[in-house]
Amino acid sequence: MNMQTTNPPAIRLTAAETALVDAFTAQVGELPGNGAVIGTRDRLLDDLKKSGLPTRRIEAWHYTDLKNLLRVIPDPQVRAMADAVAPLVEGASVLPVLQGTADAYAVVEGVDLAVLKDRLADGTAAAGLTALDKADAIGRINGSFVTDGYVLDVPAEAQIEAPIELQVRHAGGQIHTRFPATFGAGSKATVIERHQAVTEDAAFVSSVSDIVLEDGAEITWILLQQQGLSDTHLGQIRVTLGKDAKLRLFVINAGGKLVRQELRIEVSGEGAELMLRGVNLLGGESHTDVTLVLGHNVPHTNSTETFRNVVFDQASGVFQGMIRVAPDAQKTDAKMACNTLLLSDEADFAAKPELEIFADDVICGHGATVADISKTHLFYLTARGIPENRARAMLVRAFVAEIVEELEEEKLVDALEDVIATWLERHA
Amino acid sequence: MLEIRNLHARIAEDGTEIIRGLNLTVRAGEVAAIMGPNGSGKSTLSYILSGRPDYEVTEGEILLNGESILELDPAERASKGIFLAFQYPVEIPGVATMQFLKVAMNEQRKARGEEELTTPDFIRRVKEAAEKLQIDQAMLRRPLNVGFSGGEKKRAEILQMALLEPSLCVLDETDSGLDIDALKIVADGVNALKSPDRATIVITHYQRLLDYIVPDTVHVLYKGQIIRTGDKALALELEANGYADIIGQAA
Repeated sequence: MNMQTTNPPAIRLTAAETALVDAFTAQVGELPGNGAVIGTRDRLLDDLKKSGLPTRRIEAWHYTDLKNLLRVIPDPQVRAMADAVAPLVEGASVLPVLQGTADAYAVVEGVDLAVLKDRLADGTAAAGLTALDKADAIGRINGSFVTDGYVLDVPAEAQIEAPIELQVRHAGGQIHTRFPATFGAGSKATVIERHQAVTEDAAFVSSVSDIVLEDGAEITWILLQQQGLSDTHLGQIRVTLGKDAKLRLFVINAGGKLVRQELRIEVSGEGAELMLRGVNLLGGESHTDVTLVLGHNVPHTNSTETFRNVVFDQASGVFQGMIRVAPDAQKTDAKMACNTLLLSDEADFAAKPELEIFADDVICGHGATVADISKTHLFYLTARGIPENRARAMLVRAFVAEIVEELEEEKLVDALEDVIATWLERHA
Repeated sequence: MLEIRNLHARIAEDGTEIIRGLNLTVRAGEVAAIMGPNGSGKSTLSYILSGRPDYEVTEGEILLNGESILELDPAERASKGIFLAFQYPVEIPGVATMQFLKVAMNEQRKARGEEELTTPDFIRRVKEAAEKLQIDQAMLRRPLNVGFSGGEKKRAEILQMALLEPSLCVLDETDSGLDIDALKIVADGVNALKSPDRATIVITHYQRLLDYIVPDTVHVLYKGQIIRTGDKALALELEANGYADIIGQAA
């Protein structure tokens, strides 16, 4: 007769889950943090261990079965090196995070700046290390492993002219960064969060940006993801918008093998405006998931969300867009659109817009389209002597350029159009 | 310049035959008008000349300067000198008008083995041609045809025609949607391009345009065939009596 145990069987961990747990154990005593931080890390990892990575049975992860898609976690590359490069936009202030380490001597004029490692060590960053809900695997992973990043505090009424570039570069390994950023009342700034692989060595990256706009702040935040062909990127942007705050959030995915970008946005002040734009350039055998949860929590707020996706090869893409309008959030105006160009028979894209509206006097709409290049457009261009390949490339570029042009600042538009053109030249 | 012999063509998707044994010759320097009632195949003919993939030629031949163009794709035909001024020019958001013009001009030059234009040379050419057609710079800064009025779109077509210097111009219902002032500007633009080594085919439903672009020959297209050929007097006869008489005689 076999021995029977009275304890419930522990969940069987996958190779990747085991590697995560092992990596945590191996770093005990090395991950920065005071007692409170260490306690939080332990708890988050414990939750992760108990529930495992999310599968398709968890609704928020239905189209990205992380447990099955995440096969291996690369070893930490402690000796790998990455150098800072010129900023995306000339004249920007660069805040480098190289191989997971921020520059303790970096300064940006007009901004109170600290490296996250110090805030973990003194415990002031402990409260932010949370998982937003039970399905928040990214919050758990990042909270367990985060080593560094920058804490930005822009004082009230400050106008930061030059863009601030968070330049997160790595040469493979495990990279966990975090950027708590608070923009004081009436402040203005542009931040470019740029994640970049320097080599083709596999990386496992998690990054959380915790963005708070106080009353009347006007901020542009650009997230540019350019990871390598074997990299996993788990990103999360948490946003709280105060009264009359205006956020322009642009998300551009142009890399990575397994990518999830979560946008958790709370519009919590009357008169606040969100302009969210996204461009997903997908190729190879990659899988990219953008998941938006947007709460309109108070009356008189508006938002527009537009995503443009270009899918080549065997790539697959996901857009989940949930807009929640709270019961007293009357006069909410929200418009969401997700348009996809499928450029190969083996490519696929799943769009799942969702509206949960509890107020009765609102304007909310969503639309999703999936199409090939317009034959009429193609004929017009070729009839003018433009060879078909070139005409196709022009039309694909035009499809996403429309979104980028909404940024209006010429330098930013040009820089991002260059990124897109370079990507398309390599993939089209 | 252009010789069409016993042309048969159909819609690729459903096999509907539209052109049924069409014969037409247009000499260099000639302005040929093609008239006909709705559904006679006028626009189809313009698309077939420019190589639109939605149509298949099943029989016959199209020769441009003695060479068959049937195996050429639209871009190659354009580089050989065929230009179609569209009845409904399409709006293409995200493609800047100036960039489009430059790419089109240079791709055609490349295909013909000519040097690409320098940027200053390109800008000078566009400016000169735009002025003649009363196209202002603001219009050229917009995405291709986006937000253009009907008249602006037609003028933009003629601007492209002037810049690309084709040898065979095909104008498909260029007068549709134009008021009389816009019509005059467009007609002046077309007439300015008349030359002994360029032929023009004017496809139109009405005689009105032919008061401004005077044809050397007039051809009546009906059920995919040319059923009558004459000079400009034929257009006036059609204007006075309609198509019924001629169709009746041909039947």
